[in-house]
Amino acid sequence: MSDANTSRPDSAMAEPQMIELRHVHKWYGQFHVLKDINLTVSKGERIVICGPSGSGKSTMIRCINRLEEHQEGQIIVDGTELTDDIKHIDQIRREVGMVFQHFNLFPHLTVLENCCLAPIWVRRMPRKEAERAAMQYLEKVKIPEQAKKYPGQLSGGQQQRVAIARSLCMNPSIMLFDEPTSALDPEMIKEVLDTMVELAESGMTMLCVTHEMGFAKTVANRVIFMDGGEIIEQNEPEAFFHNPQSDRTKLFLSQILAH
Amino acid sequence: MTTHVAHPDLPPPSTSIGAIAWLRANLFSSWLNSLLTLGSVYLLYLTIPPLISWALINADWVGTSREACESGGACWVFVGVRMNQFMYGLYPETEYWRINLAAVLLVVLMTPLFIKRFPWKRWLVPFVLFGYPVIAFVLFSGGVLGLEYVETSRWGGLTLTLILSSVGMAASLPLGIVLALGRRSHMPIVKSLSVVFIEFWRGVPLITVLFMSSVMLPLFLPEGTHFDKLLRAMIGIALFQSAYMAEVVRSGLQAIPKGQYEAAQALGLSYWQSMGLIILPQALKLVIPGIVNTFIALFKDTTLVLIIGLFDMLAMIQAALADPNWLGYAVEGLTFAALVYWVFCFSMSRYSLALERKLHTGHAR
Repeated sequence: MSDANTSRPDSAMAEPQMIELRHVHKWYGQFHVLKDINLTVSKGERIVICGPSGSGKSTMIRCINRLEEHQEGQIIVDGTELTDDIKHIDQIRREVGMVFQHFNLFPHLTVLENCCLAPIWVRRMPRKEAERAAMQYLEKVKIPEQAKKYPGQLSGGQQQRVAIARSLCMNPSIMLFDEPTSALDPEMIKEVLDTMVELAESGMTMLCVTHEMGFAKTVANRVIFMDGGEIIEQNEPEAFFHNPQSDRTKLFLSQILAH
Repeated sequence: MTTHVAHPDLPPPSTSIGAIAWLRANLFSSWLNSLLTLGSVYLLYLTIPPLISWALINADWVGTSREACESGGACWVFVGVRMNQFMYGLYPETEYWRINLAAVLLVVLMTPLFIKRFPWKRWLVPFVLFGYPVIAFVLFSGGVLGLEYVETSRWGGLTLTLILSSVGMAASLPLGIVLALGRRSHMPIVKSLSVVFIEFWRGVPLITVLFMSSVMLPLFLPEGTHFDKLLRAMIGIALFQSAYMAEVVRSGLQAIPKGQYEAAQALGLSYWQSMGLIILPQALKLVIPGIVNTFIALFKDTTLVLIIGLFDMLAMIQAALADPNWLGYAVEGLTFAALVYWVFCFSMSRYSLALERKLHTGHAR
């Protein structure tokens, strides 16, 4: 696209690249979901991806930790290229945390066990140490008192905060958020967004698919608009919201900011 | 300004609680229900008192021969006299203690598993699963440590029923899990092997499997190879039941939302880690009723070994019915068999309910 990659935030250019997507294509059967995606994310960048449903935004971030497989192009995460090599996939998944729309907590484990599981089994951390670290993260997301409960006993907002803590326990260098607030009741959205803002302030590299435009304005240093499997436009939030370049972006913004 | 005085709690009207309300709500809520209630009461009146008087009041309990049975009620003397054969089959009488010892040992080993915080559980479970069968086999079979050798064709009665069914359960569950995972595998060879295995064993009747294992298999084996008949029956039952188990487990695997697999992957867990730590614990918990259903069916299906000349409890009872001294007591014998099977199956059913309650973590999806 001619209007893609218009202006890149200069401040981020100095930082090392964390994620690089080069000419990435993906098909579901005959359906071409991702069309020639090019994206570079620097360390500490906070990117919000928006776009109409079916535009491929979730698919794109799910390709970054290989929940979806891309068929053409290159994806390089923190210097490791995603290939069929299971070692590379495992290495990348250890570095990349993911938060899902429906939390996907493990219902048969307590909150603490949810958080400790991967550090113990994947990072081979001693149980005591993993539990201590997990409690720190649960305090960070402000629910240490729920550690012994099961996910089914918590509210949606609390569950999503546990899910964030669970990802952080693996000490990732990149966090992916796939519509983290879309399944929440309105009064619980704020508590999750607050946690994410705090995380952003700590310098985490974040890619966030969301429709929370307030969050995009305050936290993101780049907003990406996708439609029809392509990146239509990307810009700093200020310029993106006040001076959108493409007609499709204008239409989308007018629809979601209408009320 | 008036102050609000809390309304006192009043007792509910007498028509809405107590025995009379219960009867009205449950038994006489309409004229049709009243009719059905009265009809049922009449049927119970016709059947229960005679049954009780036959089985308990007029029954003969003590004695050693059929002369003791003159009262016209049930002749439990028959069952009592034959009890040893029903329990131990054709096992030599002087060696009964070995079976009893194995049974006591099992109870002693199993009891701590039901105690919530027993410290050595993680060692005890593998021991019960792998160590105990060896000990029990040595005890039953003998031939070492100065124990008299007892060949497997003399094992019988309830002992044999329990051996067959516990071996069948212990083997079919893990095998079924592996087959279920295989059937859902993305690897084409693993997948098709699992499908073929499951569909083959599910498609043939158990009685054919047993018959083949005992009659046909020796024909294909090289001359002179001895392959124990009981072992062949056990393998047949285990393979047969594992195919059923695989489908039960698969239904559980399919009920786990995709998000659970994805969350496990995203955290970097390997295939076996995500199956063992995330998916199977949830899937197996969901299908406890199905697993226990299969176990109960297996327990009762073990009676089919009768056709290949193994004498389980039912076969021993049938043999006893043919004894000229005790002709005509089939009802007592079969009632006893039904009672024993029912007790075991009902216990399994209750245990599974307790297990479901215990493992329920109040999750809502």
